[in-house]
Amino acid sequence: MTLTVFWFFGVIGMGSALLCITRKNPIASALWLVVTLFALAALFVLLDAQFIAVLQVLVYAGAIMVLFLFVIMLLNLGRPGPSDIKGPLGLGVAVLLGAALLFLLQPLTQTTLPSAITLPPGSVVALQQQQGIVSSVANPLFGAYLIPFEIASVLLLAAIVGAVVLAKRKL
Amino acid sequence: MLLSPALAFSAVLFTLGVLGVLMRRNAIVIFMCVELMLNAVNLTFVALAQSLGMGGQVFVFFVMAVAAAEAAVGLAIILAVYRHKQSVSLQNMNLLKDG
Repeated sequence: MTLTVFWFFGVIGMGSALLCITRKNPIASALWLVVTLFALAALFVLLDAQFIAVLQVLVYAGAIMVLFLFVIMLLNLGRPGPSDIKGPLGLGVAVLLGAALLFLLQPLTQTTLPSAITLPPGSVVALQQQQGIVSSVANPLFGAYLIPFEIASVLLLAAIVGAVVLAKRKL
Repeated sequence: MLLSPALAFSAVLFTLGVLGVLMRRNAIVIFMCVELMLNAVNLTFVALAQSLGMGGQVFVFFVMAVAAAEAAVGLAIILAVYRHKQSVSLQNMNLLKDG
């Protein structure tokens, strides 16, 4: 049952990702990417990461994609024009390289984890029921990963300043 | 267990992202394909977090923070390039090309 639901959202995600990379209009591409992100959020729920799924919808579909659509609108790129997809030669090389990459990634599907490092099955769900879904992510975030968390805040500040400096016409 | 299907799906999604980067010329669409690749990796982290502990989910949090920063700076660069060249096509960004 879970596997059926997984592949239902998986097929939606794959189809919309394929449409995202083949649509000529950048706005259509962005909207199909939003569909992919929602499908991925559903998969995160199936994989016991409900908090990450909410973040995915809020941060990715809500904030980052709005930024993309905003820039497309600002540059007036939605109007019809010549396709930006490469010609037969470029397309052939791209598909060939993509097929090679897929072939190289194919052993991933046979992954087995050594039992020495895996947790007993269901222990993540047990932790979430014991601590709460948000706390089970927040406890390591504010404990073992506190310094990376603080560095991430510095990174975001640098990104804000950098974006303003780059996008401003005259400082 | 959904580990194998999740890893298979993330491999396909990552490949689609790479394919998009290779076959498009519009800088914004290429940027969206990079986001697609980041999401494929996020799926891998979440799938492995199910059996290896919550560290994977915490790492997805950091990937999202880096992706947000990258999107803000990248789009600002695209805006600056557009102002300079009146185009976001990578074909027109050939300043370093010979001739």
